[in-house]
Amino acid sequence: MEHTSAIQLKNITKRFGKVVANDSVSLDIRRGEILSLLGENGSGKTTLMNMLAGIYFPDEGEILVNGQSVTIASPKDAFLCGIGMIHQHFKLVDVFTAAENIVLGLEDEGKLDLKAAAGKITDICQKYGFSIDPAKKVYDMSVSEKQTVEIVKVLYRGADILILDEPTAVLTPQETNQLFTVMRNMKADGKAMVIITHKLHEVMDVSDRVAVLRKGRYIGDVATAETSPQKLTDMMVGHAVSLNIERPAPENPTPRLDAKGLTVYDAMGVKRLDNVSFTAMGGEILGIAGIAGSGQKELLEAIAGLQGLSAGASILYRPIGTAEGDQGVELVGKTPLQIKKSGVSLAFVPEDRLGMGLVGSLGMTGNMLLRSYRKGVGFFTDRKAPRKLAEDVMEQLEVVTPGVNFPVRRLSGGNVQKVLVGREIAQEPSVLMTAYAVRGLDINTSYTIYNLLTEQKMKGVAVIYVGEDLDVLLELCDRIMVLCGGQVSGIVDARSTTKEEVGLLMTRFEKEAAQS
Amino acid sequence: MTSTQLIQLIQSAIVFGTVILYGALGEILTEKSGNLNLGVPGIMYLGGIAGLAASFFYEFNNPAPSPVVCLVLSFVAAFLAAALGGLLYSFLTITLRANQNVTGLTLTIFGSGVANFFGGSLNTMAGGVGQISVATSSAIYRANIANVSHLGVFGSLFLSYGFMVYLAIALAIAMRWFLGRTRKGLNLRAVGENPATADAAGINVTRNKYLATCIGAGISGLGGLYYTMDYIKGTWANDGTIEALGWLAVALVIFAVWRSVNAIWGSYLFGLLFWMYLYIPGLTRSSQELFKMLPYLVTIAVLIFISLRKKQENQPPASLGLAYFREER
Amino acid sequence: MSAVKQHKEPLLRIAKRDGIARSKAYAIRIVAVLLSLVVSGIFIFTVTKLNPLQVYEAMFDGAFGSNRRSWVTIRDAMMLLCIGVGLAPAFKMRFWNVGAEGQVLLGGIVTAGIMLTFGSALPTPALLVVMAAASLLAGCVWGVIPAIFKAVWNTNETLFTLMMNYVAIQLTSYCVALWENPFGSNTVGVINQQTKAGWFPAVFAQAYGLNVILVLALTVGMFLYLKYSKQGYEITVVGDSVNTARYAGINVKKVTIRTMAISGAICGLAGFIAVAGASRTISTSTAGGRGFTAIIVAWLAQFNTFVMILISLLLVFLQKGSIQIASQFNLNDYASSVITGIILFFILGSEFFINYRVIMRSGKEASK
Repeated sequence: MEHTSAIQLKNITKRFGKVVANDSVSLDIRRGEILSLLGENGSGKTTLMNMLAGIYFPDEGEILVNGQSVTIASPKDAFLCGIGMIHQHFKLVDVFTAAENIVLGLEDEGKLDLKAAAGKITDICQKYGFSIDPAKKVYDMSVSEKQTVEIVKVLYRGADILILDEPTAVLTPQETNQLFTVMRNMKADGKAMVIITHKLHEVMDVSDRVAVLRKGRYIGDVATAETSPQKLTDMMVGHAVSLNIERPAPENPTPRLDAKGLTVYDAMGVKRLDNVSFTAMGGEILGIAGIAGSGQKELLEAIAGLQGLSAGASILYRPIGTAEGDQGVELVGKTPLQIKKSGVSLAFVPEDRLGMGLVGSLGMTGNMLLRSYRKGVGFFTDRKAPRKLAEDVMEQLEVVTPGVNFPVRRLSGGNVQKVLVGREIAQEPSVLMTAYAVRGLDINTSYTIYNLLTEQKMKGVAVIYVGEDLDVLLELCDRIMVLCGGQVSGIVDARSTTKEEVGLLMTRFEKEAAQS
Repeated sequence: MTSTQLIQLIQSAIVFGTVILYGALGEILTEKSGNLNLGVPGIMYLGGIAGLAASFFYEFNNPAPSPVVCLVLSFVAAFLAAALGGLLYSFLTITLRANQNVTGLTLTIFGSGVANFFGGSLNTMAGGVGQISVATSSAIYRANIANVSHLGVFGSLFLSYGFMVYLAIALAIAMRWFLGRTRKGLNLRAVGENPATADAAGINVTRNKYLATCIGAGISGLGGLYYTMDYIKGTWANDGTIEALGWLAVALVIFAVWRSVNAIWGSYLFGLLFWMYLYIPGLTRSSQELFKMLPYLVTIAVLIFISLRKKQENQPPASLGLAYFREER
Repeated sequence: MSAVKQHKEPLLRIAKRDGIARSKAYAIRIVAVLLSLVVSGIFIFTVTKLNPLQVYEAMFDGAFGSNRRSWVTIRDAMMLLCIGVGLAPAFKMRFWNVGAEGQVLLGGIVTAGIMLTFGSALPTPALLVVMAAASLLAGCVWGVIPAIFKAVWNTNETLFTLMMNYVAIQLTSYCVALWENPFGSNTVGVINQQTKAGWFPAVFAQAYGLNVILVLALTVGMFLYLKYSKQGYEITVVGDSVNTARYAGINVKKVTIRTMAISGAICGLAGFIAVAGASRTISTSTAGGRGFTAIIVAWLAQFNTFVMILISLLLVFLQKGSIQIASQFNLNDYASSVITGIILFFILGSEFFINYRVIMRSGKEASK
């Protein structure tokens, strides 16, 4: 089949502040073809596609649609070019029906004729093989149905270039297969399609060509038929880079947290964590790897007492100095306050630093208080100790701030994280959990954080490090637990494993599900 | 209660209800765009005084005023003055992103101030309280739409009101049609529910909010006009009644669960509840006051009920009270 | 497809400020107030043709022209301040308590009720204590009801507290009719006019000395409570981010209900001060819209109770001044609401320039 070029990207560069999200990327999207855009988290896939959808505007470079240079400054412009993007976060109005959402914002002549719209929707569905009820309200829909509405919305507007941003992240294997069938039908219809993903088996399954991005750079593209998951992994993760993070050997690690059978369902009833069991040892750093949304957040929040766990779960905590065979303290069923009161010193650096870990409107002193304000019997809080602590953290971690009472919301990302980590470490915890502790930080601050974690480990603290950069996980941690679809797909020794092994574990269950 | 009394009660309920129906209809349109405008009482004041003043100056300077001119002048003046109040609110909350609650309350203070200030001046000009004469205007607002004397009970119940009563009903039905059956209505509802989605679908969020708020304010203002022209027969009194009615209109929006057609019977029900005490024998004056509490109590009950049932269609517009900023790009 | 338009940067772009020097923020506010005075001046001039400066001078005379006037101004400012102080903790928690009007009235009703019933049975000091306690309790109950529904079922608190106001107003009308004196006047009249039982005693030879002392004590107390107490800290955290509060082990429901109990109670106490310390009667105008005005006071002061003193004084000054010009120049005293409205609109609008920067297309930044 002759594949004509639908879109050509030429030397596209996009910067956010000092961060280069896309560095001179050139890419060709063709009609009658499904292109996989593959890359790790933060490799710039979504940013690149958002420039086609009119969400971002490129700093440099040129976009050609059907050979003509175009300017896409808004989602409207993208529609006019025939480009439709299905975002990860659906843009639907909950109280509207499918049909109302689909026709929303269209500037057609005449009155609103939902019956005619429903007819057209049914036609589209029949043509490509999906099924939706045009009169169903969005709030009654499953995730997969909502996704279908998004796709139909784009097709209804006559898009012939479709971009799907990680469409399978929220789908069951069966729903994924259905989606792929639809995609093949659309391909046969001559549409150009891009699927953003980091799941290798899906790439192999559905796409004709694979383009790989790594750290904002375009690595290359290959025909799917001529490649293998192994080769793609190599392209995606690159060769292991030496970071020279200091990693002393653990000194007599002892079991600290014993988690068994942790299962979490979210508000929508979707299983986010599936029977997870592991032991975190005092004196070592346990890394947790996995593609985004594999249950990392739920795992940490469950330990902190912020997530409801299904029956049968148990988290036993053994403080430093517990004798062998001692039962330990059960954390499951306790609120965060009860956990604290039962003498567990648990430090937690959550992913959403300002939204969950800190009080943005308060200064460093006020934020130091968050963990200690209940101290003392008086009605008033003790301000002296937190002020001293704030000054210590400021000095030791070199926090750049006009003063200890300057609202932390206005500090830079790195300084915000230093305040949070500094406070959590100051609790002298026996368990320290961190989620994406170096996300968005510069190199120097990242190393400061690595050193702090290692320091804690040498003090006998059980450190749990949820990370996304495999290079860091491999050099910082002692053991790595890999999560995949809410399950533990393997626990490996960080010193002897390879990037490839961890990478494959990250997608292990999906492959099994797809094979079965 | 005799049948005459019953008819009287229903008549006064409908007249009372029409004042707050206008207020509530305007506020429904406003809230559908995501703006919670607590300035309804102020806006109704603005509409009332502007309509009255326009008629007054016209009739004051014309020995033989034309009823049609009276009608058009007062109607347009009331709508425009109230819409200007809405524009002020929109500019502050949408463009300058000021807090909606605080801005609305300020508008209530301002509107009642302006209205009572000029109302007082009008009274002075006319030679004292109750001396304002807009007889021609008031007459045309109060004229029954049909000659009912030979139509019996049916006529007195359904046809014995000025045209504003029927206009309000028509407006409510038109609003239902607009919100539910037209593209513009669909777009407007999307703005109030999820402005980010509306924005992504190419709908101009700011424009929709401005238009809905200003037109909504204009409609609310007609409630003030109806009150001055018909309810108190073309006079002005600085007694704060419009303010109380304005808050009742805000309550009616909740009671009608943001549906304009529900507001029709809701407003008459509020009227019945409000006037019922007159017809219940043996009530002391103090217990009459307790009766007037009923509209608010049922509104609270409705509010609690919808939050308990959590039925999606009955919730306030999802982004009600929140300002919308497109994320920095 | 050729219809795609050229990308243009908009003429004006708005960006959130990272922060602004406190002095600059105040400068912006002062400019706003000055502008609003100019606009009010134009308003006064167009309707009266009087020299606005002369009018402002008359206003000052009305508010502070004599010892008595000054004290009335202070008394009314204290009243407004007291309600604002009551609202501060609720607003700091981002709980929209627009029900102060009702909470004040409830406090006023029980105060008047006790004054009438036990006026001859108890000595004034005991009476004052009982009335204060009862008004605290009444306001508290009125505030806690919507808070419980908010905490448990997430019922919209703005609309709920708003409705509670009108229930309270009707309750007040009921009591007024019940306690009517003399019969047929539809007012309660001055309670205990002869015995002065339950009236605030003069302090430092000032009739309203106790009002000032009580309210200023509350102002200082609330400032300390919000800034330095453990509970105040919890309020700050919940208002900032409910997720952070949960992370820190704070029981959000409990804090919501407790804070509204305090907020309602202080508003109830304001009702006590209004009845026992000022009007010595009860009517629906005992709160007189102050419950709403105080929302604006609390919001503009950004919950800082000391700033509230200034704003309350400013608003009451305007009100008293306008009443004066009304009688002096034969206007009516609703001019005060107009001027108040204008000034508040300007202050509300000025917050935008404190929080955002306006960037012109040329890349230059507009200074304001």
